Amino acid sequence: MSDTLLEIDRLSVDYETARGDLKALRDISFDIRKGEIVGIVGESGCGKSTLISSILRLTAPNTRFRKGEVRFKGQDLLQLPEHKMRDLRGADISIVFQDPMQTHNPVLSIGQQMLDIQHRSQAGKVEKRARAAQMLGAVGIPDPEARLEQFPHEFSGGMRQRIAIAMALMSEPDLLIADEPTTALDATLEVQIIERLQELQQELDCAILFISHHLGVIAELCDRVVVMYTGAVVESGDVREIFHDPKHPYTRRLIDCDPGHIKERARVLPTIPGEVPDLANLPGGCIFRDRCDQAVPRCASEVPPLSKLKEGHHAACWLNHEEVHQ
Amino acid sequence: MTLLDVKDLQTSYGQVNVLAGVNFAVEAGETYALVGESGSGKTTVIRAIAGLAPAQGGSVKFDGKEIRGASEREMRPLRKDIAMMFQDPIGSLSPRLTIGSLITEPYRIQGMKDRDMQAEAKRLLEMVNLPAHFADRYPYQLSGGQARRVGVARALALEPKLILADEPTAGLDVSVQGELLNLLNDLRERLGLAMVIITHNLNVVRHVADRMGIMYLGRLVEEGSTEAIFDNPRHPYTRCLLSANPEPDPDARLERIALKGEPPSLLKRPSGCEFRERCPFAQDFCIQTPSWEVDNGHGLRCLAPLSQ
Repeated sequence: MSDTLLEIDRLSVDYETARGDLKALRDISFDIRKGEIVGIVGESGCGKSTLISSILRLTAPNTRFRKGEVRFKGQDLLQLPEHKMRDLRGADISIVFQDPMQTHNPVLSIGQQMLDIQHRSQAGKVEKRARAAQMLGAVGIPDPEARLEQFPHEFSGGMRQRIAIAMALMSEPDLLIADEPTTALDATLEVQIIERLQELQQELDCAILFISHHLGVIAELCDRVVVMYTGAVVESGDVREIFHDPKHPYTRRLIDCDPGHIKERARVLPTIPGEVPDLANLPGGCIFRDRCDQAVPRCASEVPPLSKLKEGHHAACWLNHEEVHQ
Repeated sequence: MTLLDVKDLQTSYGQVNVLAGVNFAVEAGETYALVGESGSGKTTVIRAIAGLAPAQGGSVKFDGKEIRGASEREMRPLRKDIAMMFQDPIGSLSPRLTIGSLITEPYRIQGMKDRDMQAEAKRLLEMVNLPAHFADRYPYQLSGGQARRVGVARALALEPKLILADEPTAGLDVSVQGELLNLLNDLRERLGLAMVIITHNLNVVRHVADRMGIMYLGRLVEEGSTEAIFDNPRHPYTRCLLSANPEPDPDARLERIALKGEPPSLLKRPSGCEFRERCPFAQDFCIQTPSWEVDNGHGLRCLAPLSQ
């Protein structure tokens, strides 16, 4: 499809360690269309961070790309020479990190940092400054001209995260990666940030890859959702499909666990018992099998493929294959 | 029986008036939640109760005894009865000690050296559903959820009457969060513990707390039973907080009440009602200072409360 912006195609990434290779990502496939908001949901250790750093190619030295491609506008980023990759970062693909307290340089004014980030632009200093003030205004920082003079410590956490968003969007990228941008913030500020992101996304028409483990935020913001579990995609689809008709037991249990669903006071909250398998020593078959209460014999022997259930809904579970029920 | 009675608690750091008179009481066996945005003073309240933060004014009565301003020597025997669970699960465990010695450290500090430490470690680990061989592990070998459970085990070691828990589920995955809350609920029932829980996750509050207080700029603005607050919040700030809670359902379109701006600086407290400038329901008369009114166990500091 021509409107596909980013295609992750059977990506497998290992970390070389003394204990052997950690299979951090296995056969990851999904795509993001232009101007779309795609959410990635998954718990600690599911490979969210490895995925982001692989897209940006900002990986640790012990990272090994074993297989697959990361195609951005048809071009495989994993094959791109480093200087080309540098041109892309911050210009076509930019990122907002999780911790707003640590993303800014503490000894430079916000204005200076917002000028520096426009280093590719041919515009003059006055013009760049005006652009910086305009972006600050766009993310709802009052009195932006004056605040350009201030330093990061003079802003609250919510404001700093909005500044980080302003800086990431300055070059009008085609893809914004947001790595748990609201996790460190209060619920009231979280809502402000999400609403601001939605507005800016429509204005600039950029695609967003939004990573979060907060299901409520994903449900509110995203068009499509990719559910990851220990380095693999277990389900992906339209946000309504995922939340209203989840087809993988992990997705179903994850949604059940969210106390936001349970309106009456519960003495015992649902959980997913068991432990995440060791990435250096993966069991055969389905990775969720040990924690799954619906497992069938086939789950122990064969890895279920991520198969299409209907248009725009994929899941990797044998229970969706009819021959299992016969 | 009232176990903890906090009256007009005040804390200042220099010019910054962090707690401007906090009042609440916790019955034996009850769970009380303190809710509010960052900077509202929640953590300072429980640290001041535990004697870990200064409190220049007011009173903290535990089991009928005044403990505000108690010296470290006076506090030490009390720490058997009041246990603290800190916010950062891994950071609150010394990296050089094994889990076994970390959870039995309270016995050593309290001079209970005749105990069989190994047996105690095993018993405590069992209580929080961790395998006994974890006693030989170090904090860096634990996941966030496991470190939390070690924090619970350590808090329970001396069989306290009251646990002060600072954001006990922050940073936990949803599947593990439920596990920890179930554990706390279960222990509370079995051991008859009272708890003060700080959180900004409202979804959590509903399932653990009997009563809750909502803090804004170092004061309670509303207090009541958890059901009453969720079903019928009277203070506009409470209503805003509850509505800022994204639902895990793409079709849920709740009426969100936007909060204007950010909390004001504690150095420049607004006059009159301190929430006035951000309040979507503010009236002209809100420039007057609201007093704390209690009606049928439901406390409120607001001149223009919401009905319904």
